[in-house]
Order: sequence, then structure tokens, then C-alpha cells
Amino acid sequence: MLLEVKDLKMYYEILGKGEVHAVDNVSFSLDKGETLGIVGESGCGKSSLAITILRLLPINGKIYGGEMLLNGEDILNMDLERFRREIRWKRISIVFQGAMNALNPVIKVGDQIAEAIMIHEKISKKEAMKRVIELLEMVGIDASRATSYPFEFSGGMRQRAMIAMALALNPEILIADEPTTALDVIVQAQILKLIKDIQRKLKLSVILISHDISMVSELSDRIAVMYAGQIVELGNIVDVYVNPLHPYTKALLSSVPSIKEKRRKLKSIPGAPPNLLNPPSGCRFHLRCPFKIDLCAEKEPDFIRASKGHFVKCHRFEELRGVDFR
Amino acid sequence: MTSGKPVIEVVNLKKYFPVRAGLIDLIMRRPRLYIKAVDGVTFSIYEKEIFCLAGESGCGKTTTGRAILRLVEPTAGKVLFKGENVLEYDNVRLKEFRKKAQIIFQDPYESLHPRMSVYDIVEEPLRIHKIGDKKERLELVTKILEDVELKPPEEFLYRRPHELSGGQRQRVAIARALILNPEFIVADEPVSMLDMSIRAEILNLMLKLRDEHKLTYLFITHDLAVAKYICDRIGIMYLGKIFELGSVEEVIDNPYHPYTKALISAIPTPDPRVKIGEIPIKGEVSSPINVPSGCSFHPRCIYSMKICKEVEPKLIEVSKGHYVACHLHR
Repeated sequence: MLLEVKDLKMYYEILGKGEVHAVDNVSFSLDKGETLGIVGESGCGKSSLAITILRLLPINGKIYGGEMLLNGEDILNMDLERFRREIRWKRISIVFQGAMNALNPVIKVGDQIAEAIMIHEKISKKEAMKRVIELLEMVGIDASRATSYPFEFSGGMRQRAMIAMALALNPEILIADEPTTALDVIVQAQILKLIKDIQRKLKLSVILISHDISMVSELSDRIAVMYAGQIVELGNIVDVYVNPLHPYTKALLSSVPSIKEKRRKLKSIPGAPPNLLNPPSGCRFHLRCPFKIDLCAEKEPDFIRASKGHFVKCHRFEELRGVDFR
Repeated sequence: MTSGKPVIEVVNLKKYFPVRAGLIDLIMRRPRLYIKAVDGVTFSIYEKEIFCLAGESGCGKTTTGRAILRLVEPTAGKVLFKGENVLEYDNVRLKEFRKKAQIIFQDPYESLHPRMSVYDIVEEPLRIHKIGDKKERLELVTKILEDVELKPPEEFLYRRPHELSGGQRQRVAIARALILNPEFIVADEPVSMLDMSIRAEILNLMLKLRDEHKLTYLFITHDLAVAKYICDRIGIMYLGKIFELGSVEEVIDNPYHPYTKALISAIPTPDPRVKIGEIPIKGEVSSPINVPSGCSFHPRCIYSMKICKEVEPKLIEVSKGHYVACHLHR
């Protein structure tokens, strides 16, 4: 097991109001060479989870407990300066949401990537540039474009450059947070293919975060479904798709149109996600769940192993097997 | 659903945006350049039909929608609303037209005034068109909020946009578009900013309102899965032109144009057992200023022939109601 996250809690403190429970008791593991997809709607805590793993928290973001082990080594309580030098970018790196706008507009693309390398490794500019060229070629950008400015790149190329930058220090884990939002569908497909190729070639572990189930299904080996700061279902991607156990997962799957299927009535989930300043008691989904019983409002369900590698956080999953949402 | 009369007929519609000329361009007397955002688009939308324009960013789908409503003035062509040319309307008749043709914008976080209450937002069109007195207007607003399922309406009337969720905001935007009892609605990517579960809710609402209010929609989207769910007919656009047009099942399940095929092959499905294969396309979208000669898709097309560089293909009916502009199909 490469990365192990156990009962991780990260809350945002809001002055005078309390804490926003953005990441609450999240547990998962990541194997070498594996892609874990994390899906959920906006505000479910998926991006907060990403910045917690990288310990890039804003001032009011505090870790309230849990463990984070990289190859067995505790990286959650590690000195932050050491984490910055040895872990972040070197072993775990990230492609941010909207990354194509994250490049500095007045520095040549190649120089920006070289800078990232030279901050972490004591090598000359020349050596760094050699590595930059290799990286750009790996992501499908011609070496001659290293001296171009970001505005001379298309959106897809900028995203490729950001991926090259994230790979610059040979990380073991790549976190991709909505890596294709704002890209057109053909470009999106090309970027997904690129991530898949690179992952196989470098035996990289990938955490792919998105609101788009279809996009996550395309790449992931396993999937974690997040709702209101918690993982409510986790398992092999085909298992979860064919046999979703949590009512929220069922609802999410029945709300997505597919281009390959005959037209069927899409179902929506009534209500809105809860306010995480004051999350509901018991199961966080109970206010919107058509299957709720009294127990759901009283007791938070455990994260139960339903079958090999398939976990679910629901009191009634056993009786609801095969039952459609509404 | 091509029965009934056409509500909107678009004939050879063009919208060119001039490119700002620099000083050197002026000194060198270089010819003025234009971005051909919409370049000769023809289609009709029939009563109670949902017609979709789909394509990638920059293909001209939004500009077409806006040009039909005269939110941008078209460069050339005709837009007939129930047989009358909208482009010849004077201001008085244009205002009348605006009562019958409305628009829903993409981003409900930006299309609603943050300091106006839901009541003010939805009532404003009535005030502009001087319809009813205060009491009647309140009744109309209450009724339309119920229609868009913001229930109970009293609870929403005096809230401001920041107190609403994304889905609720889009409902307010729909209520505002419907308050004047229009016949035709342009919906410009109405669900692309919304979460999955809320998307389904808004799409189903739009379908319900079509039946209850006898609406005709022009639905603009980049998402073909959404298009397949909601639309009756679809037009696929590329660099300001329609490449393929027909019933949504026909075009998506049985595409003819190489571009449509590439577009469809690139769409991921929620089923993890179905993967995206090779995408039959080369390169990137050409600049809309220097549109390639002949078929504008030829530099990216894997079937490109000599004729494609020279002659622009016309939109030809290849099977009943299914039109394609490609030299491979004629």
C-alpha cells in the first residue's frame, strides 16, 4: 500500500460560527500504479481532501485528527518544512482545477517547468532544460515549443504543460483535481488518454477528482463517492457501477445521461446538500434519502465492508440491494 | 416532431465580428479582418419542438442564439418568427417580439442581480412591458414561481440570489423568462454550471414547462449526452457552419459527418466497461479568422480528399430529415 489515509478530519474554522466539516472521517488507501476516482457534487469536500493530502491548507483549515501514511511513514504530523522539501511535488504532486490558467503569463513555459525542478534539485539550468524537453515530449508537446509563452498555447496544450510540470520531479502519486474542466470534449478525451498512458508508463498512482462520473469511470480502477465531507461508498469501479449500494450513489448514477443508452427518464435528488457548518445528525444523507428510517437520523452508519473491497456507509444497504432510487 | 408550423426559420444567417485593427495594419492598409462566428446557417424550429445546436467552444452556437433574438445584430440573412422577418422589425415591434421570445443564460450565478429579490427579478419584465397593476403582478409572479416548482412561493419571493442554491437560481432565471408567456425560448447551456443531480431536475422541469406552456426551445449545449436526453432535433456546428442536422437519435446513433463521428467517439460514458477508443481526428480547431478553404474541417479530417480543399460541401439530405455537409455523402 502506497498511501493510507485513516479517519482524516479537516475542518475550516469560521470565526464566531464554528467549523465547516469539509473532510470528516475519510479513510481510503491507494496502491502503486492504481487510479482512484473521487466523485461528488460541488461542496462535498473532494478538493478539500486534495489540499489536505498535500497539506496546502489555508490559514483557517485545521486538521482535527486522523492518519496519513506514505509507504508507512507518517506524513500528516511530519514537520511542514520537511514535508515541503521531501514530499510535496517530489512524491505527491497535483494538477489543479483550472490549471491551464495557472501558468505565469510572462515566463516561457519551459522556464517555468525548469524553475520547479531547480527549486527542489541542485542541478544546472542546462540539465533542468534537458529534463523539461523530455517532459514536454512525454505529454505530446514538441520540444521547440519550450520557448513559447503560455498565451501561444491552446487550452489543451497548457493543460499538458501543467501535467508535465506536475511530473517534473518523478512523483509517485499524482492528484488530478478536475483536470479537464473548461476543455472541449475532444481535448478532454485526449488529456484523459494522456494521463492513462503516462500512468501506465511510469507506474504512477493517480487520484482523480471530479464531479463527472463519466470522466472518472473512464480512467479509474476504484471509485470513492463523497457526500457532505464523507466517503459514503468505495469499491472497484465496475462493482460500484453495476451494483451501487448507497442510496446517494444510486441517485447519482440515475441522474447522469449517457450518449450510448436509449433515452430514459433521469431522476434527480430532492433537496440540496447540507450545510457543513452544522451537518445533520446520524447519516448525512438522511434528509434527502427516500429509504430513511428513524435509525438514520439517530446514529451515524459505520463504513461497512459489503463484499471484498466494496465498502458502504448505510444502515440499510443489505435490504436495499438491487432496489432503484425512487 | 417535425409536424406543425415552424415558429422560427433561420435562413443563411451570418454574423461577422470585425477584428480590431492595429496601427500598423492601418498604415500598411491591410484589409479589415473578420471573425466569421456564424457563417451561413439555415434551419427551422417547429412548434413545441426542442431544437439543439451543439458543438465545441467557439463554433458559433451561442452567437446564433443571440442573433436570432437580435441581442447581437446579424450581418446578413433572415430570421422569420411565424413568417415575419425579425431583422426588419422597428423598435416598437422588436419590443413586442421580446415578449414572445426569451432567453435563459448559462450561469445563474451571474445572470441574476445580487441585490434584487426574487420578486423584483421575476417581476421586472412585467414592469418593463407595463403589464398589470401591483396586485396582479404579485399574483403572476406567485403563479410562475409555482410553475417552476419554487414552492411555497411566499417563501422565495423576498429572498436574494445568494440565499438560493444553484438549481433554485436557475429556476428563478426560467421563471423570469416565462413571466411574459413567451412562445419561444433560447436556452443557452442552461445546465452546464449545475451539478449532476440538479441538472436532471432542471432538464425535467424544462420538458414539463414545454408541455404546460406550449413552448418551443432552441437549446444550446456542448454536451451531447444532455442533447440526446432533451432534444428532438439537433444541428452540429463547426466554425460557424452546420455540418449535420437531423433527429437527435439519427445524428447521435448514426452520424455521417466525420466531425460528428469524432465528437461522439470522444464522449465518456458512466459505464466503466465502455471506454473511449481512438478519436478519428487530427490537430486542433482552425482559427475562425483564417477559415480553411473548401470544407473548413478538411485539415483535421482523416478522410480528406482533393475536392475537400477546393469546394465547400452543401448541406444535403442523405436520409429522411437527416442532412449532412460532406463530400463523402452526396
